[in-house]
Amino acid sequence: MSKEQILSSDGLPLEVSLKKAERKNKLKAVLLVAPLFLFILIIYVFPIGDMLFRSIDDRMITNMLPKTFKAMEKWDGSELPDEPVYQGLYEDLTFLKENKTYGKIIARLNYEKSGFSSLIKKTVRKINKFEEGNYKEQFIKVHKRWGQSDYLVALKNAAPKWTYAKYLKGMDRKFDQDRNIIQVDEDRRIHKILWLRTLNVAFWVTVFCFILAYPISHLLATLPMKYSNLLMICVLLPFWTSLLVRTSSWMVLLQQQGPINDLIVWIGLAADDNRPELMYNVIGTFVAMTQILLPFMVLPLYSVMKTISPSLMRAGKSLGGTPLVSFVKIYFPLTIPGIGAGCLLVFILAIGYYITPALVGGASGSLISNTIAYHMKSSLDWAFASALGTMLLVGVLTIYWIYNKLVGIDNIKLG
Amino acid sequence: MALPNHTQLNYRIWHYTYLTFCGLVFFFLIAPLFVILPLSFNAEQYIHFSAKMLALDPEGFSLRWYEDMIYGTKNPWGLATKNSLIIAFFATIGSTILGTVAALGLSSRYMPYKAAFMALLISPMIVPLIISGTAIFFFMAKVGLAATHTGIILSHIILGTPFVVITVTATLTGFDHSVTRAAASLGSNPVNTFMKITLPLIMPGVISGALFAFVTSFDEVVVVLFLAGLENTTIPIQMWVGLREQLSPTIMAVATCLIVMSTLILVSAELLRRRSERLRGINR
Repeated sequence: MSKEQILSSDGLPLEVSLKKAERKNKLKAVLLVAPLFLFILIIYVFPIGDMLFRSIDDRMITNMLPKTFKAMEKWDGSELPDEPVYQGLYEDLTFLKENKTYGKIIARLNYEKSGFSSLIKKTVRKINKFEEGNYKEQFIKVHKRWGQSDYLVALKNAAPKWTYAKYLKGMDRKFDQDRNIIQVDEDRRIHKILWLRTLNVAFWVTVFCFILAYPISHLLATLPMKYSNLLMICVLLPFWTSLLVRTSSWMVLLQQQGPINDLIVWIGLAADDNRPELMYNVIGTFVAMTQILLPFMVLPLYSVMKTISPSLMRAGKSLGGTPLVSFVKIYFPLTIPGIGAGCLLVFILAIGYYITPALVGGASGSLISNTIAYHMKSSLDWAFASALGTMLLVGVLTIYWIYNKLVGIDNIKLG
Repeated sequence: MALPNHTQLNYRIWHYTYLTFCGLVFFFLIAPLFVILPLSFNAEQYIHFSAKMLALDPEGFSLRWYEDMIYGTKNPWGLATKNSLIIAFFATIGSTILGTVAALGLSSRYMPYKAAFMALLISPMIVPLIISGTAIFFFMAKVGLAATHTGIILSHIILGTPFVVITVTATLTGFDHSVTRAAASLGSNPVNTFMKITLPLIMPGVISGALFAFVTSFDEVVVVLFLAGLENTTIPIQMWVGLREQLSPTIMAVATCLIVMSTLILVSAELLRRRSERLRGINR
């Protein structure tokens, strides 16, 4: 090796010159990605972060009763608090009454412990007649609950700025009096059922899609081009068709007077006056979601099977393997990347499905997404909707991460 | 697929079972779409195959629901179509430009942390729409863009870009970079090289990404449900509202129009894909 340095035309050592050129290319690539990256960061990633923030945000009440909570800091909750707490409460409530904003804390405190609603309303009504000094006695005179330490403990429990109570609610758990985590009453444990149902539906839809997609992908991959192109339309046309159109066609098919029920009656499986309910339950969700998500399973399977040379199977057979053995030992293992890609994609899409379950699922076929939408649009418990959304997001991102590790997101195929 | 004469009987049975099964699956995939077509021409008010329709009596068919869709007094389809087209048009342009530029960067071999960036830029396609909808709604409400076209267009750009990024990066994998170097050596500046050399070559990928972005925006209902006011109603929103109330033949007519549209888009996407493969010299 010669010690002499090779110089480029501008007199710099070649190594330095090359590094410089590479740095320039790197910068160019980053600058090209930057606009979309920033756009997604501002309008997508930041809002999702904001949503996480919202699910633990409990500052509303903290900011509305500042003096009370300040005075409560030193109180340990074992017996009734002293005068300063009541004085703080008096000042806070007077302020809230003047601004007519006390309505907001009622719902929040009632969630902590029922009975706060009448307590706050009655107190606010009479608070103008309070005299200076000895507030504790006056409060208890207005309502005897102000003399019960459990109400004041509940009030103190609402003091922290951040809370994960909404997450507990999403798992059918809550805080009791002493801040222990307990399960909610048996008849109110609805979220566990929902989570299990969502996982269950997503799992079985993935399994059905796999069972249906594997043979047809194989057929598409092995048929001569002119036939397979024609059959591919059967896969791609639903893929390109509006989700609502496909869902409405299932609503037509599955309704009580619909063609499928007509067929069942005609075959004689059910009496005409006793037609089975195929829609507005979990059956409708299963059937419609399987058909709608099937193309997402076929496309990755097809693109993997297309690359498998048919001579491999012939070689297996010529070496004495029966078709079944050759399939199990040669063909199937080669398709595993496609199976992984398809199953993960379908599972991810199914777990967050909203439109189809909402239209054909009824009450017993609705999934976690429908509950999030309900809390966003009807009950307006946005913090709880955000908490459920975050829990779902964590699940989806975990699967996405696995997908990325196994398949590589840049190998995703479309059409 | 004809079998050779010497095929054993059990294998023969197995083979035809397999073909029958495949046939049934294809039927399951495509048949539901064709239920809608005849029902949209129903002369009666119910979503049911009437006796006259089954007997192919011309009196059983009519165009009244198409008339109702276009001229119906209470029907919001006109406004919805206008909004859908405006939103999808601008969302497509936005997604296509941002996505193509980003794909050029991502395909460069000098791009650092390629996989991480790719995973982030594709994520809007993977994250459930209900979560995207919730998060974007909070954001748009905060910046005062809720219930505006701008807000909906911006969120649809987000949802559309992953498709453009995927299709354009796929086109760029077979891209021969010596042609751009040749252009540069002949004195062309980078912008000129891109417009005259790179863009025409990756055009099929760009257009098929744009088609995906268009369809995504045109079909999207969850995010719009959160964001739209009465003025911003779109076709999917009107279908959603209609389907929740009752199945009406007018919805079948709209659905038929949408199926025709998606057929046209499928055909153009398919032609583009073949052209792209030919241009890149990939023979399958």
